[in-house]
Amino acid sequence: MLKNGEKMLKIDKLSYNVKENDKDKEILKDINLSFDENKIYVVTGPNGGGKSTLVKLIMGIINPDSGKIFLDEQDITTLSIDERAKAGISFAFQKPVTFKGLKIKQLLDIASGKTNNVGQSCEYLSAVGLCAKDYIDRPLDDKLSGGEQKRIEIAMVLARGGKVNIFDEPEAGIDLWSFEKLTNIFSSLKSTTTIIVSHQQKILEIADEVILLKNGQIEKVGSYSEVAPLLNQSCAQLK
Amino acid sequence: MEKFEEKLLEKLTDLHKLPSGAFNLRKNGQAEVRNTTKEIDIVPKKDKSGIDIIVKPNVIGKSVHIPVIISVGGLSDLVYNDFYIGENSDVLIVAGCGIHNATCKTSTHDGIHSFHLEKNSKVRYVERHIGEGEGTGGKILNPVTKCTLKEGAQMIMETTQLGGVTSTVRKTYAKLHNNSRLTIQENILTTDEQTAKTEFKVDLVGKGSGVEVVSHSVARDNSFQEFHSNVIGRNECFGHVECDGILLDNARIISEPKIDAVNKEASLVHEAAIGKIAGDELIKLMTLGLSQKEAEEIIIQGFLLG
Ligand SMILES: Nc1ncnc2c1ncn2[C@@H]1O[C@H](COP(=O)(O)OP(=O)(O)OP(=O)(O)O)[C@@H](O)[C@H]1O
Ligand SMILES: [Mg+2]
Repeated sequence: MLKNGEKMLKIDKLSYNVKENDKDKEILKDINLSFDENKIYVVTGPNGGGKSTLVKLIMGIINPDSGKIFLDEQDITTLSIDERAKAGISFAFQKPVTFKGLKIKQLLDIASGKTNNVGQSCEYLSAVGLCAKDYIDRPLDDKLSGGEQKRIEIAMVLARGGKVNIFDEPEAGIDLWSFEKLTNIFSSLKSTTTIIVSHQQKILEIADEVILLKNGQIEKVGSYSEVAPLLNQSCAQLK
Repeated sequence: MEKFEEKLLEKLTDLHKLPSGAFNLRKNGQAEVRNTTKEIDIVPKKDKSGIDIIVKPNVIGKSVHIPVIISVGGLSDLVYNDFYIGENSDVLIVAGCGIHNATCKTSTHDGIHSFHLEKNSKVRYVERHIGEGEGTGGKILNPVTKCTLKEGAQMIMETTQLGGVTSTVRKTYAKLHNNSRLTIQENILTTDEQTAKTEFKVDLVGKGSGVEVVSHSVARDNSFQEFHSNVIGRNECFGHVECDGILLDNARIISEPKIDAVNKEASLVHEAAIGKIAGDELIKLMTLGLSQKEAEEIIIQGFLLG
């Protein structure tokens, strides 16, 4: 466990470039952030601002050009995706991944690292508002609706029970009624660091800290009420 | 039977002992045991090797098991089996061949199966092919399946070959009459220097007839697979062929689709995708804590068995 004042996750001078027409294009520039235990962080900002890029760098799905990432004081910058997963980072994709032939139950088992009985699997699914018995034996394939895929994507992160849980736009495609429940889930994720990429006011409101990311740079970190005025500005600029 | 033969039989049929219904076990080119019932008769052919399986009309929920085992090297087994399925019957037929070859001489089994489905009959046909044994001798299986589906008949054919077979050429021919339906699910894994060739030819002659073919194949090492399908629509009918292949190592898969809408009311679709394991599937499983190797295995298992 962390001692007081220690950060769960730290990002130090992180930069990420892509090549475009043989020239480097900066997607993220010199990002410094730190995340505490037991807090909800919401990353927001205009489309293309670099939010997904930032969280993918934390999970190790892409690698930075410079800078470092620390989890529990340990430098994880060069760890592979699965090593980071084992170290306690979990990730729900903006666009859920589907398979051919893998069942939902099997994926929940892999996620939780154990063989769940039906009751346990049901808990994960019920938490995201799915009637478990209809889904457990179904394959996680593209026959599932977008909203169903999205919920199962979230259920897998719940099943993992990591130290740092990342959700990239979890609300996308989820109907309004369930959306309320969804915010409750995030609020209840105890003793973990929760990082949510979102544009939704309801989610921004449950944030302990809002991180506003624009043009690959941190514009502001603060409470929702502190960041809210700037959000309107970003939107105005977008228009 | 030897212990390893019993094990092979179990892998072929999922049965721990001989089944209660009709069955015919063929071992090393000879009929080993046979059982018939009031409803299902099995009659040896007089002019050539093989059997006629006759299911009376209106027989519901019964099964026929006709496994073939070859446990020696240097054997060439050719067999003709004819299935006559009576009107309105609904049966499960489990066939398949397991070759256990511990020698350096090649063993071959060619099974020529003809299905005659009468009006409104239903068949689920499960066929498994297994090759095993340390010997360098080939384990070769060349099945031919011919199906005629009369009006309203339905046939589901599930064929599986999960490794060990040196080479195979699988031919399936079908003729579908009015409102009949054929569903084929084929799962093939090849490794090492193995080759597998699949040929489908489906003739949709009847109005409202339909065929659905789903082929999932995985080729590893230096193995080579070919998939040829030919669906001909001669009436208002539908056909859907999906060929999905995963390549690993230096393997190769060729898919050659042919669809021919002779009648303009025929709706025929062929989809084919061949390539390495999808990167996003691997990444997703790695975020769940699996190594790349473990993730690959799980994706392949699901793809072939799921
Ligand atoms: N591999 C790449 N090649 C080229 N450009 C890229 C690549 N990856 C990301 N980008 C660009 O980086 C920018 C940030 O992308 P990112 O997906 O992180 O945005 P985002 O903030 O998540 O946006 P959204 O709100 O639309 O999800 C975009 O302009 C995107 O086009
Ligand atoms: Mg994004």
